[in-house]
Amino acid sequence: MLEGRVFKFGDNIDTDLIIPARYLNTSDPAELARHCMENVDPTFASRVRPGDIIVAGTNFGCGSSREHAPVAIKAAGVACVVARSFARIFYRNAFNVGLPILECAETDNIPAGSRLQVDLTNGRIRVVDSGQEYQARPVPPFMQEIVAAEGLIPYVKARLGK
Amino acid sequence: MGRVPPQTVTQKILAAHAGKEFVEPGELVSAKVDVLLANDITAPLAIREFERIGVQVFDPAAVVMVPDHFTPNKDIKSAEQAKVVRDFARRHGLPNYYEVGRMGIEHCLLPEQGLVVPGDVIIGADSHTCTYGALGAFATGVGSTDLAAAMALGETWFKVPESLKFVFAGRPGPWVGGKDLILYAIGQIGVEGALYCAMEFTGPVIDGLSMDGRFTICNMAVEAGAKNGIIPPDEKTEAYVQGRGQRPYKLFKSDPDAAYKKVYKYDVTDLEPCVAFPHSPDNVRPVSEAGDVKIDQVVIGSCTNGRLEDLRVAAKVLGGRQVHKDVRLIIIPCTQEIYRQALKEGLIETFIAAGAAVSTPTCGPCLGGHMGVLAKGERAVATTNRNFIGRMGHPESEVYLANPAVAAASAIAGWIVSPEGVR
Ligand code: SF4
Repeated sequence: MLEGRVFKFGDNIDTDLIIPARYLNTSDPAELARHCMENVDPTFASRVRPGDIIVAGTNFGCGSSREHAPVAIKAAGVACVVARSFARIFYRNAFNVGLPILECAETDNIPAGSRLQVDLTNGRIRVVDSGQEYQARPVPPFMQEIVAAEGLIPYVKARLGK
Repeated sequence: MGRVPPQTVTQKILAAHAGKEFVEPGELVSAKVDVLLANDITAPLAIREFERIGVQVFDPAAVVMVPDHFTPNKDIKSAEQAKVVRDFARRHGLPNYYEVGRMGIEHCLLPEQGLVVPGDVIIGADSHTCTYGALGAFATGVGSTDLAAAMALGETWFKVPESLKFVFAGRPGPWVGGKDLILYAIGQIGVEGALYCAMEFTGPVIDGLSMDGRFTICNMAVEAGAKNGIIPPDEKTEAYVQGRGQRPYKLFKSDPDAAYKKVYKYDVTDLEPCVAFPHSPDNVRPVSEAGDVKIDQVVIGSCTNGRLEDLRVAAKVLGGRQVHKDVRLIIIPCTQEIYRQALKEGLIETFIAAGAAVSTPTCGPCLGGHMGVLAKGERAVATTNRNFIGRMGHPESEVYLANPAVAAASAIAGWIVSPEGVR
């Protein structure tokens, strides 16, 4: 069970907002984390704490295929992203780098700054103060296998008997 | 033997690579990949992950690496990144590594060099990998880790997408090209209008388009959230691949009774050149309704519109004219081959005479990397594909997406105009 403070963002949060291309001359997670969300909220990187949760609208992570986006979010300490929908490349990338994400139709109702509990195994989401619960779409079986192997690379290694 | 149910071109290609006769939208399949692509930004991450697996590349000829984003290297960090890619290519004997001076922007280079052919499944650690759908191939962007796994296995998993069909009919006006068709469609359905779907482009207007125009259309499918864009192959496709295709190709077409999630029919007879206003590719207006947008910079290039036909159109508008004194015009042919051809045809001469800066192929300004980064408050017209906040530089700069004719005309006028609007 994850629990953290909610940082809220709107619809169509694209990869240039998550990590501007001007910082892509490195793939160092710590450095990417320092610029995470800079184009939409320059104070985010300094305010976010380990375990915090991003809650957003539709099409989160649209735009470029840069894996630096979920890497930056994860390295910033974010435990999980809950959005109404995700852009498909971001969706794959997040699982592949070990950043859990959940699709939930009711993210509009989750208040900014509230404490949120997220159960990844069954997709249950609970706002601690109000006790209000929401159900996220369960992770497809194929992705669960990758998550169970703790990412795509260990999964492939296991398959190749390495 | 039962009859195979009708399928779209996208289903057929995926089925063929999954060793099946039929695949259904929504089905998860493991499919063989013919070509895998990465660039100087995404390859270093893919290489790092690949080396954790500790195997050889499944087929060195299938892995293409192109340093095009921060090259020729703009600083020490980007030089180090490019070196990671170069060293890897040498160590694994990748025959399709393209060095500065022989390279091009990946999505222009791969079709031009015949590395991707009709019927292929192609994955690239770059979202505009969807460009190759113009050849009648299934091509889609993935992340670096996905690519690393596929470099080891030679296959990857896909969820078979539902297809949206776009039928373009009518008689487009003189300055209307592939860019306007795709901007119009994105303006209609929105940036999430094709989320997870295949966009299949058909109709007499698509039939009439050159391959260059078709690449432009498929290039921007991802801007509507699509998994892939695709144009069923015809004689033009075959004519294009013959003589350059390095592998045998196969032409797949949609069955007439294939199922589509939705069919959009557009008559583009009265369509004007389109402009996508900041900060979203679906914020589209006809150029005549652009209003008074004063501009500081114009970029003609990128994997969207840096091909020969685009340069010819730009030269037609710029010929004998001068770039406005307050505007910087940057023109970037997207491959070395195209650069050479443009020199032969006198296009480069026209550009320089008009007061433009012309560069060796690079993504450069398209992603705000180098070669034309915008300052705070500046505005640019670009033939690129994204106008997100801060895409070309300062978060308070603005990018307006347009076709090469409008971009060239705007460079002369100093504000956004159609080619008819320049004297
Ligand atoms: S030209 Fe722009 S959109 Fe195309 S590959 Fe380069 S950075 Fe990406």
